[in-house]
Amino acid sequence: MIERATGTPPPSLRWRKRLSQGVARFVVYLIISVAAGTMLVPFLWMVSTSLKTPGQVFQYPPVWIPNPVKWSNYREVFAVLPFPFATAIVNSVKITVLSVVGATWSASMAAFAFARLRFRGSGVLFPIFLGTMMIPGAVTLIPVFLLMRALHWIDTHNPLIVPAFFGNAYGMFLMRQFFLTLPRDLDDSAKIDGANPFWIYAMVYMPISKPAVATFAVLTFLGVWNDLIGPAIYLTPPSKMTMALGLAFLRGGNYTAWELMMAGAVISLLPTLALYIAAQQYFVQGMVLSGIKG
Amino acid sequence: MNQSAGGVVAPKSRPAVRLRLPLSGLARQEERWAYLMLLPSILGLVFFTAGPVVESLAISFTRYNVVRPPQWIGPANYIQLFTKDRVFVKAFKNTCLYVFGTTPSSITLSLLLALALNQKIRGIPFFRSIFFLPTISSGVAVALLWTWLYNPDFGIFNWILGLLGVSREMRPAWLASTTWALPALMIMAVWQGLGYNMTIFLAGLQGIDPSYYEAAEIDGAGWWARFRYITLPLISPTTFFLLVMAGIGGFQVFVPAFVMTAGGPRYATTTVALHLFYTAFQYMRMGEASAMAYVMFAVVFTLTFLQLRLQKLWVHYE
Repeated sequence: MIERATGTPPPSLRWRKRLSQGVARFVVYLIISVAAGTMLVPFLWMVSTSLKTPGQVFQYPPVWIPNPVKWSNYREVFAVLPFPFATAIVNSVKITVLSVVGATWSASMAAFAFARLRFRGSGVLFPIFLGTMMIPGAVTLIPVFLLMRALHWIDTHNPLIVPAFFGNAYGMFLMRQFFLTLPRDLDDSAKIDGANPFWIYAMVYMPISKPAVATFAVLTFLGVWNDLIGPAIYLTPPSKMTMALGLAFLRGGNYTAWELMMAGAVISLLPTLALYIAAQQYFVQGMVLSGIKG
Repeated sequence: MNQSAGGVVAPKSRPAVRLRLPLSGLARQEERWAYLMLLPSILGLVFFTAGPVVESLAISFTRYNVVRPPQWIGPANYIQLFTKDRVFVKAFKNTCLYVFGTTPSSITLSLLLALALNQKIRGIPFFRSIFFLPTISSGVAVALLWTWLYNPDFGIFNWILGLLGVSREMRPAWLASTTWALPALMIMAVWQGLGYNMTIFLAGLQGIDPSYYEAAEIDGAGWWARFRYITLPLISPTTFFLLVMAGIGGFQVFVPAFVMTAGGPRYATTTVALHLFYTAFQYMRMGEASAMAYVMFAVVFTLTFLQLRLQKLWVHYE
């Protein structure tokens, strides 16, 4: 009893405890290292393949460090692939940037209305918006396609950009929750100055809501940048393709220049990687909150 | 304060009316602003969500090829899906196998990993970034990469099997094999989802009050007892959330099947979402495709509902 209370077990017990701690530590490191290796090796293989000559790509047993290192694959990607890779990058950037702006704008405005303004119907509308999050994308796919067709927007980027400007239930919810945590004194002082609700939203709330806005923007970026189904439905001309769609179609065409495909895949991952390094906390936060996966 | 005292003396109706009128004007103005700021979202709800949900239900009861006007055929599309459309039945089975195959292994492995990362060791942020990498990577890039990893002659998988002494004839053709193509997609899905599940588990584990473990240790509970009677029950809300998400996400799987196998070989990897995509946008059979979408909706809904019901049996909320 006394020994336990003072926290000093007899020497033999202490020795055993240290041993079991050592074993536990070893097991923990073993698990983590094996897992990290499993996660990393495919990416290393991707980079390695992207720097090989065609001859080295089809070599068995596989070569891990290319010799010679063929950096020019990253130049050839822009010339040799059966779709204009540079144009695809521009298309992807354009669609992603506009979608992120549109979704953040429309969702944050709605979030502010639900968080701070009193109006008839708010109690009905809010649950309806939340409920839409449970609908699988496939259910709305066909009618939206028919709508876009009626608007003659097939083979344009509009179907991938315009809907973003018309709200986002998840973003609305996320930013509303954040706005609710802000002190009300903020709007009171602005109201005394005669500011209207939009002004308060744009000039008071948005500037101080960076964590929520950034979390949502990062998530939207991931979703749009990595989207395949939307571009696959709406875009057929190679000049309109996004990077994800172009790369996906290489497989469909049974293209076998793996070194170029891997180089293209590496390039398509670079913006995500850069953003991840710059805004890691928002990625993790957004993922934890949303349940959106790659 | 002075005014309230005066109010008793003053005529009763007038101040009340005067007070209410300007207020209601302000309230009306606030309401107008609210609806103005909600306008984009409400339009989006009507044209891109609620409207389409109703419309696709209607389309699912028609024969519609986009060129000719839709023709009402009642529940024929639904009946056909389960009686005549062999590919759909196969796709449905594949999707169920995919969901029930990937979910338990992914949850178990990621919990194990989260438990390991929850120890006091160095370099956790670094490891967490590595585990997160596959999750944030584009599905297309990952699918292309894994197609290459699975290459029967030059891929890593068969190279490793070779190192382990598996003879050339015994090594699977992976994506080209009707037996191995679906498991191959499932292995990839577990790999890609691990970081996400682990991150959520880690957040859950860090929310457990350490005093539980201290109390258990004083009572002499071993690591297994601590895990079984403290960690597992207290982490169960997280496990529940991940199960729901895995069910919802898994049932809609599309990208790997589309990029890696186009549903082949011999429909071995055709998923419901992929079959829907081809039916709608390649064969322009919008009625059938809409019926598939509603079957998917029903399954996802039922899955979520069931899990919400079942959670009472095993989820402990503090």
